[in-house]
Amino acid sequence: MTTAKNQTVARAPAAPATRSALASALLNRRLWLGVLGWTLALVIFFPIFWMIVTGFKTEAEAIADPSLIFSPTLENYAEVQSRAGYAKFALNSVVVAFGSTLLALLIAIPAAYSMAFLPTKRTKGTLLWMLSTKMLPPVGVLVPIYLLFRDTGLLDTRTGLVIVYTLMNLPIVVWMLYTFFKDMPKDILEAGRMDGAGTLQEVIYLLLPLTLPGIASTGLLAVILSWNEAFWSLNLTSSQAAPLTAYIASFSSPEGLFWAKLSAASTMAIAPILIFGWLTQKQMVRGLTFGAVK
Amino acid sequence: MKLSRVLPIAGLAAVGATVANAETITVATVNNNDMVVMQSLTDAFEQSHPDIQLDWVVLEENVLRQRLTTDIATGGGQFDVMTIGTYEVPIWAERSWLTPLDNLPEDYQVDDLLKSVRDGLSHDGTLQALPFYAESSMMYYRKDLFDEAGITMPDQPTWEEVREWASKLHNADQEQYGICLRGKPGWGENMALVSTMVNTFGGRWFDMDWQPQIDSPAWQEAVSFYVDLLSNYGPPGASSNGFNENLALFSRGNCAMWVDATSAAGKLFDADQSSVADKLGFAPAPIAKTPKGSHWLWSWALAIPASSDSKDAARQFITWATSKDYVSLVGEREGWTSVPPGTRTSTYENPNYQESAPFAGFVLDAIQGADPTDSTLEPSPYTGVQFVGIPEFQSIGTQVGQMIAAALTGETSVEQALQSSQRATERTMQRAGYLD
Repeated sequence: MTTAKNQTVARAPAAPATRSALASALLNRRLWLGVLGWTLALVIFFPIFWMIVTGFKTEAEAIADPSLIFSPTLENYAEVQSRAGYAKFALNSVVVAFGSTLLALLIAIPAAYSMAFLPTKRTKGTLLWMLSTKMLPPVGVLVPIYLLFRDTGLLDTRTGLVIVYTLMNLPIVVWMLYTFFKDMPKDILEAGRMDGAGTLQEVIYLLLPLTLPGIASTGLLAVILSWNEAFWSLNLTSSQAAPLTAYIASFSSPEGLFWAKLSAASTMAIAPILIFGWLTQKQMVRGLTFGAVK
Repeated sequence: MKLSRVLPIAGLAAVGATVANAETITVATVNNNDMVVMQSLTDAFEQSHPDIQLDWVVLEENVLRQRLTTDIATGGGQFDVMTIGTYEVPIWAERSWLTPLDNLPEDYQVDDLLKSVRDGLSHDGTLQALPFYAESSMMYYRKDLFDEAGITMPDQPTWEEVREWASKLHNADQEQYGICLRGKPGWGENMALVSTMVNTFGGRWFDMDWQPQIDSPAWQEAVSFYVDLLSNYGPPGASSNGFNENLALFSRGNCAMWVDATSAAGKLFDADQSSVADKLGFAPAPIAKTPKGSHWLWSWALAIPASSDSKDAARQFITWATSKDYVSLVGEREGWTSVPPGTRTSTYENPNYQESAPFAGFVLDAIQGADPTDSTLEPSPYTGVQFVGIPEFQSIGTQVGQMIAAALTGETSVEQALQSSQRATERTMQRAGYLD
C-alpha cells in the first residue's frame, strides 16, 4: 500500500509532462502530416498549374527556360478559338460524359442490387468476369467495333460514344456499387419488406437514399473517366460528335511551335470538369470513404 | 433505318446548321501551318462554290495517320478528303483505296506541278493525290559565324567538311553548338535524316531480294559518322531533338549548322520568329560518296478515298486547294512567304515570291533533284528517298530509329545497334513474307 502510494506520489509530478509531451507529439504528427499532405497535393497539381501558366505565355516563352516572370497574353486563347469552335466540342463532351454515366448507373444499380442482396454461387465469378473485359487493350477491338459502327451508322454520333463509354465504365460502376450496397445492413431492407415494400420500392425508398454518397461518387468517377477518354473518342468520331479530347489533339504538332496553344486548349478542355470536381469534392470524399470505418 | 435515328440522344447531334441543298464534305488534315491557313480560307472556297460546305477534322500527324488508316482500311467512309503523305500514296493506291485523279480540268495545269512531286504521288502513271505542299532537306548555317572563322561555303558541301567546320565552331560553354541534327527516334524523325546519310554514304535499306542491308559497311560508316558528329559537336540531349526542338535551337542562335526540312526556311527567315533571320545562310544538303538520295522528298497531298460518297465535291475542293489561284490567294492574304511551297513551277517563277523568299532557288533545286525512284547508289527494289514504300516500314523505321538513338546516347555501340536492327528487320521481313 505504502509502496503504491509512494509510487503514485513519485509519478504525480511526471504526469503533466507526459501529457504535454503526448500533446506536442500529436501536434507534431499533425503538423508533419499537414506538410506531407500539402506537398503531395502541390506535386500532383503542379503539372496542371504549369499548363495554365503556359497558356498565358507566347510560343517563344513557352519553349524557353522555365520562368514565372512574363507578361501574360490572351493571344493563344484567341488563336485557339479562331481555329476551332470550343462550344461544339464542349457540348459533345458534356452530353457524352453525363449520358453514358446515367445509362451506366441505370444498368448497374439493379445489377449490383441483385449481386449484393441475392447472391448466387456464381456472383463472385460474374464480378470477376466483368472486370476481365477491362484487361484487354482497347486497340485490340478497334477494328471490329469500327466495322460494327460503320454498319449501324453509329460512326461519328454521340449515341455511339455513349454506348461505348457506358460499356467501358460498366464494370467499374457495378463493382463500386456492389461494395457500397454490401456494406448496407440487410436488416433495413428486411424491415422495409415487413412493412410491405416491393423490390422497386425497396430500392427507391431505402437503398438509394441510404447509399446516395456512394452512388454519387461512383457517378462522378464515371463522368471523369468518360470526359478524359481519348482513344475511342478520337477513333470513332470525325466532325460531328468529336468531344474535347479531339479538340486538344488538334493543337499538338510535329512542325512548328505549339506548347502555348496546346496549353490554352487543354486548360479550356479541363476547366469544366475541374470546376465540377471541385464543387462536388465533398460528395466524392464522403462516397469514397463511405463504409470504410466499420 | 439506321440505329442512330432510333436512339433519342443522337437526334440533336444529327441536326447541324446546313444550308439547303449544300453538300457537306469532311476534310481530314494535319495541323501544320500551311493547313491551318487552308482551313482559315474556308469562306473563300464556300463563296466560290456555294453548293459545297466544308467540315474540318484537324489532328496531329501521328493521330491523323492512325485515324485515317482505320477508316480507309475498313471502308468507313467518314472522310471525303484525306491529307496523306508520299509514303501512304503508293501503298494505298495499290489497294485501290484512293480515287485515281485522271482527266483533271485543263485550267488546273497539271504540267505546272513539279515532276518529282508528281511522280511521288502517282501509281501506275496516274496521279492518286494532288500535292498541297512539298519539301526536301537542305543545310542552314550561320553566315556571321562562318565569316568570323574564315570559312567559305562551297556550292556543294560534303559531310567531311561539315565535321571540320562543326569542330571549329563548337563552343559548348557559350551554348554555341557546331551542328544540330535530329536525334528523336521515329521513322519520320531521326530516320528521315539518317536514311539520307546512308544513301549518300552509298548504302541502302534492302537489296533487290529484299534482304536488309543494315549491317553493311555503308550503314556502319554513315551511322558512326552521324553519332560521332552529333555527340561531339551537337547540343546536349540531342537524342530527344526532333524538327521542332532543332528549329527552336537554331532560331535562338544556338546552332552553327542545321540540316533539315526546307519548310523551316520560311520560319527561320521570319524575324518575328527567329533571332538569326539576318545571319541565315542556305546550302544544299551535304553529300559523301554519292549525291544520290542525299536529300529527301516529302509531300503532303490531298486525296479522295474510294469510300467517299461525295467524290465530285471533294474533287472540286482538292483542285481548288492545290491550284495556282490558291497560291495567289494565300500570297495576297497571308504574305508571299506563307504560300505552300514546292508544288508548282509557277510559284517559283512568280516575282513576288522570288522577292520575299530568297531561299526559293535552293528549295526548288532540292525538290527537283530528289528522285524517289532512284535514290541509292546500288539498285534497290523500293521507292522513297528517306523511307521505304512498304507498309512494314513504319514499324521497321521506328524500331531502327530507337536503336540508333540508343547508340547516340551511348547506351549501346553503333555496331551493336546496327546488328540488332538488322536482326529485327530480318524477322519483320520474314513474317511479312518478303524473305523465306
